Amino acid sequence: MIYREAGQFKTSYKSDQALLPIAQDRFFVMALVAFAYIVIPMVANDYWLNSIFLQFFIFSLAALGLNILTGYAGQLSLGTGGFMACGAFSAFKLATSFPDMHIVFVLFLAGLITAAVGMFFGIPSLRIKGFYLAVATLAAQFFLLWLFNRVPWFTNYSSSGVISPPPIKLFGDYYITGTQATNLTQYFFTLTLVIVLALAARNIIRGHIGRSWMAMRDMDIAAEIIGISPLKAKLSAFAVSSFYCGIAGALWAFLYTGTVEPLAFEINQSFKILFMIIIGGLGSILGSFVGAAFIVVLPIFLNSAPAMLGLKLSGSLVTHIEFMVFGALIVFFLIVEPHGLARLWGIAKEKLRLWPFPY
Amino acid sequence: MFQAFFVDPFVMIYDAPLFFVEVLVSGLMAGVMYALVALGFVLIYKASGVFNFAQGAMVLFAALTFVGLWELGVNPWLALILAALVMIGVAFTIERVVLRPLVNQDPIIFFMATIGITYFLDGFGQTIWGSEVRPLDIGIPNEPFMDLAEMTGLYINKFDVFSAVVCSLLVALLAGFFTKTKIGRALRAVADDHQAALSVGIPLKTIWTIVWSVAGIVGLAAGILWGSKLGVQFTLALIAFKALPVLILGGFTSIPGAIIGGLIIGSGEKIAEVYWGEAMGGAIEDWFAYVVALIFLLFRPQGLFGEKIIERV
Amino acid sequence: MERKIGETLLSVDHISLSFGGVKALTDISFSIREKEVFAIIGPNGAGKTSMLNVINGFYHPQEGEITYKGVHRKQMRSHEAAVQGIARTFQNVALFKGMSTLDNIMTGRIIRMKRNLFWQAMYLGPARKEEMENREFVEDIIDFLEIQAIRRTPVGRLPYGLQKRVELGRALAMEPELLLLDEPMAGMNIEEKQDMCRFILDVNDQYGTTIALIEHDMGVVMDISDRVVVLDYGKKLADGSPDEVRANQDVIDAYLGVPH
Repeated sequence: MIYREAGQFKTSYKSDQALLPIAQDRFFVMALVAFAYIVIPMVANDYWLNSIFLQFFIFSLAALGLNILTGYAGQLSLGTGGFMACGAFSAFKLATSFPDMHIVFVLFLAGLITAAVGMFFGIPSLRIKGFYLAVATLAAQFFLLWLFNRVPWFTNYSSSGVISPPPIKLFGDYYITGTQATNLTQYFFTLTLVIVLALAARNIIRGHIGRSWMAMRDMDIAAEIIGISPLKAKLSAFAVSSFYCGIAGALWAFLYTGTVEPLAFEINQSFKILFMIIIGGLGSILGSFVGAAFIVVLPIFLNSAPAMLGLKLSGSLVTHIEFMVFGALIVFFLIVEPHGLARLWGIAKEKLRLWPFPY
Repeated sequence: MFQAFFVDPFVMIYDAPLFFVEVLVSGLMAGVMYALVALGFVLIYKASGVFNFAQGAMVLFAALTFVGLWELGVNPWLALILAALVMIGVAFTIERVVLRPLVNQDPIIFFMATIGITYFLDGFGQTIWGSEVRPLDIGIPNEPFMDLAEMTGLYINKFDVFSAVVCSLLVALLAGFFTKTKIGRALRAVADDHQAALSVGIPLKTIWTIVWSVAGIVGLAAGILWGSKLGVQFTLALIAFKALPVLILGGFTSIPGAIIGGLIIGSGEKIAEVYWGEAMGGAIEDWFAYVVALIFLLFRPQGLFGEKIIERV
Repeated sequence: MERKIGETLLSVDHISLSFGGVKALTDISFSIREKEVFAIIGPNGAGKTSMLNVINGFYHPQEGEITYKGVHRKQMRSHEAAVQGIARTFQNVALFKGMSTLDNIMTGRIIRMKRNLFWQAMYLGPARKEEMENREFVEDIIDFLEIQAIRRTPVGRLPYGLQKRVELGRALAMEPELLLLDEPMAGMNIEEKQDMCRFILDVNDQYGTTIALIEHDMGVVMDISDRVVVLDYGKKLADGSPDEVRANQDVIDAYLGVPH
């Protein structure tokens, strides 16, 4: 009864093509955004703002990036970590070479550089498909990390290979990176960025570019025959996806950890992000967020659960158990709902439309 | 730059041809070991169309079980048999818990499920057996044949030769199994189409259990060989990443492809590391194999031995 | 009903195609004229679908030449064929299963939509305008094919007959000059066939689209087509008007069999 779209008539294609054509959805999303901007900053402490929300936002961006490539364009990639590293290191080079450049430009340019790199590593997708491609994307993962590890130019010849981005002001006296930056500034900045980028992704996906990706995913032969160029469709998917991953990587290094080191972006990070989109839902923007939230919260829960039960477990044991639970959950989700949590939400909505009547 | 890339390495090869042969041979031997891991992938892919990412984890788990049992005081031969039985148990469980509910899903779903299995097995093995490095000595000395060295000046490692022999035996056995037996034929039918295979009365679950068991046992062999080289530890699971370029080079469905791919990657990697590694900044092993495989794929997308696919609409 | 059949739109000359040792097509020549309904018939495995694949560039013949709109080519490229106005449907429906009917038909407009990523991401001004214009065009097709009710349904859930109709819609959205239909009526019941025939003739009539179709139902073929070409074992047996073809002894032999 509550979720009812009867009586909401659309009189133009414009309103029919709107982002959220149903009034209840609009209301819900607005409430969520208001909650994120007003309530959370008031109640959350530093731990929540930094360790949970910031991490969640950054992972959401990366998951969104991977979902564009894998969920929408159907190109399985295991190189997400490499692309994030690329974003982090290009942002670092930009920020240190041009100290006056505004952080937004730094991020944007880092994203563009990563997009170019992503397109380069996307070239094999024109010749190979499926698992062959997945393995090929591992090349990006390993090569990029090696590059940042081994070529001292990228780390500004730092002896340890670990470097810290310089403190940057967002505007006025508000620092966004470095020790003077407050968690609250970082929270608002990242939140806004995530909202803007998620909107942009949604817009691209519902337009003709998104359709050409999905066509390529669903049946590449037919897509080609109706005039979609595989070159354009695949490489643009790689570019946009890498753009998002690059920005996520830069945010990770600049805002979340405050240091840049290649190890942070190793292969497990790639898998983690892949898990997010599997659990959240392939080909769903909402899914990228839900999956990211799940994967961010799960380890925290697993770490604190034994203590709550009064068990004392060693750190390495907890890590192993975490691995096991992760693995088991992935399998569980694939069996129960291969389309992820977002699909469950969709089904719930369909049921709600009719509730309390069966049909 | 030019000098370091295009002149020096060849001068080095020319000056010390024997050393080049040694590098080549040790590369080929390493390649055999890669091939052994790749073989596990190929078996499962050929028989069920599943890209089994968990092969590396199975190698680790098998080796951990073997060493763990041995350390508990079990006779090594008994431990070997027990470990093989455990791998059959693992195969049985995977079939029952993971594969059966997923019949007829997209290959990509299976692939992701095997990533789940990877995580589970990695965690499970280390929860039970711990995560410290365990040395493994199976009695084959890790030293060169001295007679040969004295006669020709060539240093060839005994252990490498031993593992090459083991691998060759396994491969011969498996190739026979696939081409000569009824089960082998059924396996190929399953790989083609789950539903169609079921409809002609091929027992999918038995076939899957068999092939995953075989892959598990191949994993055990790989685990023991690699384990005696590197010690049994978590890094064994990462060997899988070495086997993947071998796979794309050799084609996912070809046993000879896995072998030849392994040899090419193994020797290429060693040679590149020894002669060009310095010039490129070192540790290029991480990605060299992938780049070789990729460049190769650009010219032959179906791999060395894969069949050219004619697409129909 | 008076239709103007015009000049030659597409002609294939001495096309031969083989896969390894298997000869799929041998020395095939025929031409399709503007605004006509052209049928390709023949027993199973005669090479009909391969012929369509050659025309829209999915297969590349080893020998022969294709002339489309006066331009000679050794072979077509799929993408180029689409841009040049050749659309097609498939024997086994090749829709994009994960997308709705509306989105599927909208994909047919992709070659006409030019706004770049930046405008798309903003969804302002030009991008939105372009989207609306194309949506209107697609809605006309939806009306024409009488599939308004399934606009938002994912095509995977639709029954076969409707999927075929959506596929036709997607091809029409490309505003093709030459429409290739691969067994548009296969697996349909009599009513669905009648509907499909009506749509095909209407398309031909209203938009002046040239149509080349493969069909097994002889009644339909003889009824709606202006000219027919008969293939058997990759070779051309005959071509001409339906009546001529019906009277051809080779064709009768191929269909009914001759004692050897």
